[in-house]
Amino acid sequence: MTALNIKRGSTSHSAYDLRDPFTEVIESHTLAVTVVNESGVLARVIGLFSGRGYNIDSLTVAEVDHEGHRSRITIVTRGTPHVIEQIKAQLGRLVPVFEVHDLTVEGPSVQRELALIKVAGKGDHRIEALRLAEIFRANVVDSTLESFVFEMTGTPEKIDAFADLMRPLGLCEIARTGVAALSRGV
Amino acid sequence: MTKANAGTMSGAKMIVKALKDQGVEVVFGYPGGAVLPIYDELFLQNDIRHILVRHEQGAIHMAEGYARSTGKPGVALVTSGPGATNAVTGLTDALLDSIPLVVLSGQVPTFMIGTDGFQEADTVGITRPCTKMNWLVKETERLAETIHTAFHVATTGRPGPVLVDIPKDVQFATGEYTAPERVKTSHYQPKVKGDIDQITRLVELLEKAERPVFYTGGGVINSGPAASQLLRELVDATGFPVTSTLMGLGAYPASGRNWLGMLGMHGLYEANLAMHGCDLMINIGARFDDRITGRVKDFSPDSVKAHIDIDPSSINKVIRVDVPILGDVGHVLEDLLRIWKSRGRKVNKEGLAKWWSQIKEWQAVNCLDFKNSEKTIKPQYALQRLEALTKGMDRYITTEVGQHQMWAAQYLGFEAPNRWMTSGGLGTMGYGLPASIGVQIAHPEALVINVAGEASWLMNMQEMGTAMQFRAPVKQFILNNERLGMVRQWQELLHGERYSHSWSESLPDFVKLAEAFGCKGIKCSDPKDLDDAIMEMIRYDGPVIFDCLVEKHENCFPMIPSGKPHNEMLLGEAETQGVIKAGGAVLV
Repeated sequence: MTALNIKRGSTSHSAYDLRDPFTEVIESHTLAVTVVNESGVLARVIGLFSGRGYNIDSLTVAEVDHEGHRSRITIVTRGTPHVIEQIKAQLGRLVPVFEVHDLTVEGPSVQRELALIKVAGKGDHRIEALRLAEIFRANVVDSTLESFVFEMTGTPEKIDAFADLMRPLGLCEIARTGVAALSRGV
Repeated sequence: MTKANAGTMSGAKMIVKALKDQGVEVVFGYPGGAVLPIYDELFLQNDIRHILVRHEQGAIHMAEGYARSTGKPGVALVTSGPGATNAVTGLTDALLDSIPLVVLSGQVPTFMIGTDGFQEADTVGITRPCTKMNWLVKETERLAETIHTAFHVATTGRPGPVLVDIPKDVQFATGEYTAPERVKTSHYQPKVKGDIDQITRLVELLEKAERPVFYTGGGVINSGPAASQLLRELVDATGFPVTSTLMGLGAYPASGRNWLGMLGMHGLYEANLAMHGCDLMINIGARFDDRITGRVKDFSPDSVKAHIDIDPSSINKVIRVDVPILGDVGHVLEDLLRIWKSRGRKVNKEGLAKWWSQIKEWQAVNCLDFKNSEKTIKPQYALQRLEALTKGMDRYITTEVGQHQMWAAQYLGFEAPNRWMTSGGLGTMGYGLPASIGVQIAHPEALVINVAGEASWLMNMQEMGTAMQFRAPVKQFILNNERLGMVRQWQELLHGERYSHSWSESLPDFVKLAEAFGCKGIKCSDPKDLDDAIMEMIRYDGPVIFDCLVEKHENCFPMIPSGKPHNEMLLGEAETQGVIKAGGAVLV
């Protein structure tokens, strides 16, 4: 055996190209991260994503335990399985992070997002918007003679579907909270 | 209640008390408006020694040199605004090399934060990506607790720099002091014991391996002297070859029987080929840095890889491994040795004998051989002489960054951990001089030499003033080629010999510069005078600037060109023609 006999490669690849040479599917994962509720902690988490070139599709954060001084961050991110593993490891080693859970792989979970959707229109469009809202179980939370604001809760896909239907009916503004998620059962 | 009242004090006093309670003996710092109350408290006591630097970057590198040579956290104190921003390079350096530092910075008073006040900067914002953790303390009551937590975080798990930003009104206000033992640190306790099943799997692999190699890194040194001792025991008992990264030199002694030398871009031929051809790679506290792996796709293609690391994000980051072991090197090696011994200390003797005869062939290439000259001092020769003349002394080496750094790693031998301080991850030019002062402050009687290039050295040369003021007899051994040597080498190999701005015109006269600082200057350009000049440097009781005029166009070999695997190493000038293609040239 001599190491020098091992086949030589070309020089066209970058030594920094750390991706797997075999294409891997991009997956979407929902991560639940519990952190110390202190100023700067969210910036540290977000800085990790921007600094290392990871994606954030959505992010929600709020204090969940006032006594224990804890907040819960829910992040929806995308990447190859390798990148997702890195993201979890990088999050896990941050000093103010208590726990990192990957709800996508740790069994079934429920995911909900809240959206406020403003639709402006008159006549048939207005009636159709209201009819569809009923089907989607969206509530009217504001109404003028020319517009509605609907409130709906559901999976991101459901909100996407509703927004798509509203577009030709006069959708003018949408505000979404991002995903909040919990694992099912105990 | 009386007892509680006795613990009431000003924030500034609290800071100094907290440092004392943490066992701090030395602080490297520079005063300014936002830290005046702390300096007042430092003035009123004699337990903590303050080293006045000339630039805050110097303070951080000194603290790094102090930390790396003692294993204790380094402490620095800087003012707000420019004081803190000047610390950023040092913090980033310490983050990449996992050096425990606690940096205290002053801040404008809380009621002025956000008003763009004089010398205000968003210090926690700026330093967030270059610290392991940082805090802005807004209440005096939480100050002591935060400082104690800072020491815990800096030194626990994978070490790193932390920063505590302290507004001036918090320093003036009074509050209750919290003793270190009353601070809850339970929430940050990284796992130190490795998984026994994985360790047993590694033992099984050790027993069978035909071509094993230990690939060790800075994690062995960070784990403490016991880890280096265990590594030595493991290497000697198994008879496996061992190589190390730049950061891990000294964990296994350079004079050791199984030592292959450093690996990586400018590593030794035998070390890199052993890595490429091994069937079992045991990574102990290293992180598969790009200087080590070369082209990832072709990195050690036929080996089973085990990786011992305390940081979960280091495992599978660059190279996928077969046996990941999350834990502290010292603890894992202890378990590994115990299990291996209890199973009968088995190794594959036949395979190992063949492997060693292959390695001996590689060693016979003598890759560090160079063409010496009688007229000019070759940098390699200068280091060989420095090694020969200082061997066996109580010696610490720091370096700057560039060719001289790689030559120092190749030609100097390190017998013990914590004796070699160099900027590995960040590659910070200007690191070596202040780091040497930090080392000397920690080890006043030792011989501390900064192996430097003239260009790097000039980046923080103001710190010679610090060396003089605090009588730190550091030896600045400058290999002066009047070039940015490594830049020049890459321009020669990669950029058609167009030497764009890699030549320093109008360099200072280093001997006169030494005189200006009040220390000793030595100049040497003739190989015949070199030994005497080095001895003069060593014997002089005080700081020395040694201007060693060396061959101007020497290149550093062996070299794995960018984008190449380990088995496509260049050994000397004749092999360099046209080897690096456009694809490699985009890398650094």
